[in-house]
Amino acid sequence: MRYLPLTPDDRQQMLGVIGAKSIDDLFVDVPEAARIDKAFDLPPHQGELEVERALSAMANKNTAAGSVPFFVGAGAYKHHVPATVDHLIQRSEFLTSYTPYQPEISQGTLQYLFEFQTQVALLTGMDVANASMYDGSTACGEAVQMAHRVTRRNKAVLSGNLHPHYRAVIETTSKFAGDAVVALDADVSGGEDIASQIDGETSCVVVQYPDFFGRVADLSAIAAAAHAEGALLIVAIPEIVSMGALKTPGDMGADIVVAEGQSIGNALNYGGPYVGLFATRQKYVRQMPGRLCGETQVVDGKRGYVLTLSTREQHIRREKATSNICTNSGLCCLAFTIHLALLGEQGFTRLAALNHESACKLAGALEKVSGVELLTPAFFNEFTIRTPKPAADVIEALADKGILGGVPASRLMPGNEAVNDLIVVAATEVNTDQDRAAYAAALTEVLS
Amino acid sequence: MSTKTTFTGHRGLVYEEPLIFERSRDGACGVDLPEPEGVASRLGGMERQGGVGLPGLSEPEVMRHFVRLSQKNYSIDAGFYPLGSCTMKHNPRLNEKMARLPGFSDVHPLQPQSTVPGALELMSELARWLMDLTGMPAVAMSPKAGAHGELCGLMAIRSALEARGEADTRTRVLVPESAHGTNPATAAACGFTVDAIPATEDGRVDLAAFEAKLGPDVAGIMLTNPNTCGLFERDIRKIADAVHDAGGYFYCDGANFNAIVGRVKPGDLGVDAMHINLHKTFSTPHGGGGPGAGPVVLSDALAPFAPLPYVTSTGGELRLVEDEQSSDADPFGRMVAFHGQMGMFVRALSYMMSHGSDGLRQVAEDAVLNANYVLASLKDVMTASFEGPCMHEALFDDRFLKGTGVETLDFAKAMIDEGYHPMTVYFPLVVHGAMLIEPTETESKETLDNFIACMADLAKSAKAGDKTRFENAPELTPRRRLDETTAARKPVLRWTPPAPAQAAE
Repeated sequence: MRYLPLTPDDRQQMLGVIGAKSIDDLFVDVPEAARIDKAFDLPPHQGELEVERALSAMANKNTAAGSVPFFVGAGAYKHHVPATVDHLIQRSEFLTSYTPYQPEISQGTLQYLFEFQTQVALLTGMDVANASMYDGSTACGEAVQMAHRVTRRNKAVLSGNLHPHYRAVIETTSKFAGDAVVALDADVSGGEDIASQIDGETSCVVVQYPDFFGRVADLSAIAAAAHAEGALLIVAIPEIVSMGALKTPGDMGADIVVAEGQSIGNALNYGGPYVGLFATRQKYVRQMPGRLCGETQVVDGKRGYVLTLSTREQHIRREKATSNICTNSGLCCLAFTIHLALLGEQGFTRLAALNHESACKLAGALEKVSGVELLTPAFFNEFTIRTPKPAADVIEALADKGILGGVPASRLMPGNEAVNDLIVVAATEVNTDQDRAAYAAALTEVLS
Repeated sequence: MSTKTTFTGHRGLVYEEPLIFERSRDGACGVDLPEPEGVASRLGGMERQGGVGLPGLSEPEVMRHFVRLSQKNYSIDAGFYPLGSCTMKHNPRLNEKMARLPGFSDVHPLQPQSTVPGALELMSELARWLMDLTGMPAVAMSPKAGAHGELCGLMAIRSALEARGEADTRTRVLVPESAHGTNPATAAACGFTVDAIPATEDGRVDLAAFEAKLGPDVAGIMLTNPNTCGLFERDIRKIADAVHDAGGYFYCDGANFNAIVGRVKPGDLGVDAMHINLHKTFSTPHGGGGPGAGPVVLSDALAPFAPLPYVTSTGGELRLVEDEQSSDADPFGRMVAFHGQMGMFVRALSYMMSHGSDGLRQVAEDAVLNANYVLASLKDVMTASFEGPCMHEALFDDRFLKGTGVETLDFAKAMIDEGYHPMTVYFPLVVHGAMLIEPTETESKETLDNFIACMADLAKSAKAGDKTRFENAPELTPRRRLDETTAARKPVLRWTPPAPAQAAE
């Protein structure tokens, strides 16, 4: 077997040193009834060629985003990732190292984490950020738990236009932790009145920006309403590229900002691995979940980096930790950091502008299709349309024509009749004029 | 080491590298994007105020920056990494190649299911391998890492108790003192109280103490097996039976599955739920701290409560069940957006198929053989905490350093100067100054022999009173010991632009 260096001779010699007759002697502590003497009902080992053939056959059954006009978003977005990113993250020293427990031989990882934390703070307009969570949805769940610790209350108020998966993660976590959740109904009109739901028992208000339907709206009034009752404002950003164009949550009074970082540096990967961004105000830093990298010095005065404030974490605090998280999204953070370093100020803001422009052009084309109504007047790179036929059927019909035209809202909000005719449509820099024209033409056909 | 100072601050191949923010120049950019055409904005007056503050660098500068950073990291590819409990084994690049096939990497979690049959097939095939290898009837695929898997298992347990009407009374979870910190943290996050079980002198759960703690308020036990001392819990069947008889469930922390894969099915041990760290046993790369993946296998008692989403088969056709309305089971909820760590699933399946049923059994045997070889070779040099045989990792403590003035941390730092990544130190908590060595199966006898010789030499130095070899270590690294106390006392967690220079007086 190509991954196993020991030869039969090695094994014999080593057993001799140990003083064991056979390998079975080393498994004596296993109860006899649980020992397995034969191979499993699974195929035997295979060479690279055979494995590659089998897995490629599976992969080839899927429609890759890059092979068709592609407009699917709702929490994960198709962007171009520069070749440099994937080259660098596959360097052995990044790919095959672990959590930087020994800082003297992990300065590479620690320095990029410090750079990552700085980038995330800048993007969100917040003071500090951690070294990542699993993804945007789990970061959102952790943010609610953190707000409960900060406020010593346990009721979260969720906007109805929060991504339904994010909402489900919060509801699941809260159910087991014994916390209260008030979730509003989805409202594509933008008329949600969340401020009236906030009271003296509310720990936090969770809103999405841009919201699930793509709508962009000012959050300052919600922040003020939350603060007036001593509650925190948590803002979830599913598309971090939007921060190159939009006013930041930090500017609008957010206390905790979580985001899905997949759009920068990371592939779609059918849903994971992604990278959760988590940022907050300096005063709440000791209540944060997850790892934090900090700057410090060596005895000789040189600057260096270490994992810090570990007394918040499970390996020290055990059942009193701020979170149970251990492994996070290290390599996805690195991809994010590298891609954003390549983009820089100029590239990032331009990327955002191109995304917005792509979506504006698409919205312009789709709203001309007979029977289609654009429901989100202000948006970034994603918007919602109403179609005269059930959205799920329209999306399937478009897929049959080779166009992946978005997400029917009913897929994420099953049972909600009010959203059956809504499609959430995303456009990014990867879409061409031909893609957009093809979508409009196909939609016209499907609806005629 | 030479104390020569250099003009640049670099030392040969070891470069001093500033932060990207300190290399920034206005006008530099690492991408060429077309100029926007100037379509009228529909941002609704919500434009960002002012700049973001990101640095500008060209592509070659970015490349050099990150290559230089990489050179400051230790890695499995470069050297032996016996970090106990983490299973730092070889990461085959075939797995990376497979994960990057566009049919896996470039598919969106919400594109129509009809366009991703191969993705569902992969998830289903990996699930089949995991269930077969563990002898368990169900698996929840979505947890994102080991600790997330623990949470999944405890949520399933809580849900099963709820269904029995006992969620309010069964609130206590038993956790051995030697457990990973994630276990008690998870139990607490799930609303349970934690009750620690002491260990016996031979490093296992104290059966009598455990049985004395059982009662009508016990929800279950969280037990790592093989345990964090690297030992198989001999009484595991008795523990499982006792917890079941008392009305509780058995959560097994599967972090150490590498020791028994192909030789023992956890299902035969009475386990109700166990997470599998794909980034340990099934070699998806650790990536500097993630991403991981933590699928959880479940017993018949817990399977109905598995979280959304899951793949099911009707008439031979695979379908992803994403919501309660379409589920005919009783899912406890959803732990994450979308469907789990697909990229890690591909890598893990590629690894499993490469090894096959026969190779995976050999994995466990070689992992255990290597650890016992280290234990046998070092037990007279260092102090082994427990008699062998051990499983996949060998635990030592600091008794051999007694009176030398050298502590476990110093010993670990001296190993760095010798070119090794230290073992896990000060964990588990049940022995003093713990040193937990996990060689894994992908190390050769030659590597182990060299390591053993080095450890013997270090131990000899310590006993001979050569304190400087330890106290000053590491001396040959890009950075020497860092001031962690100040880092925690006055945290600096981000770069901030230097204040404008004061006018000279």
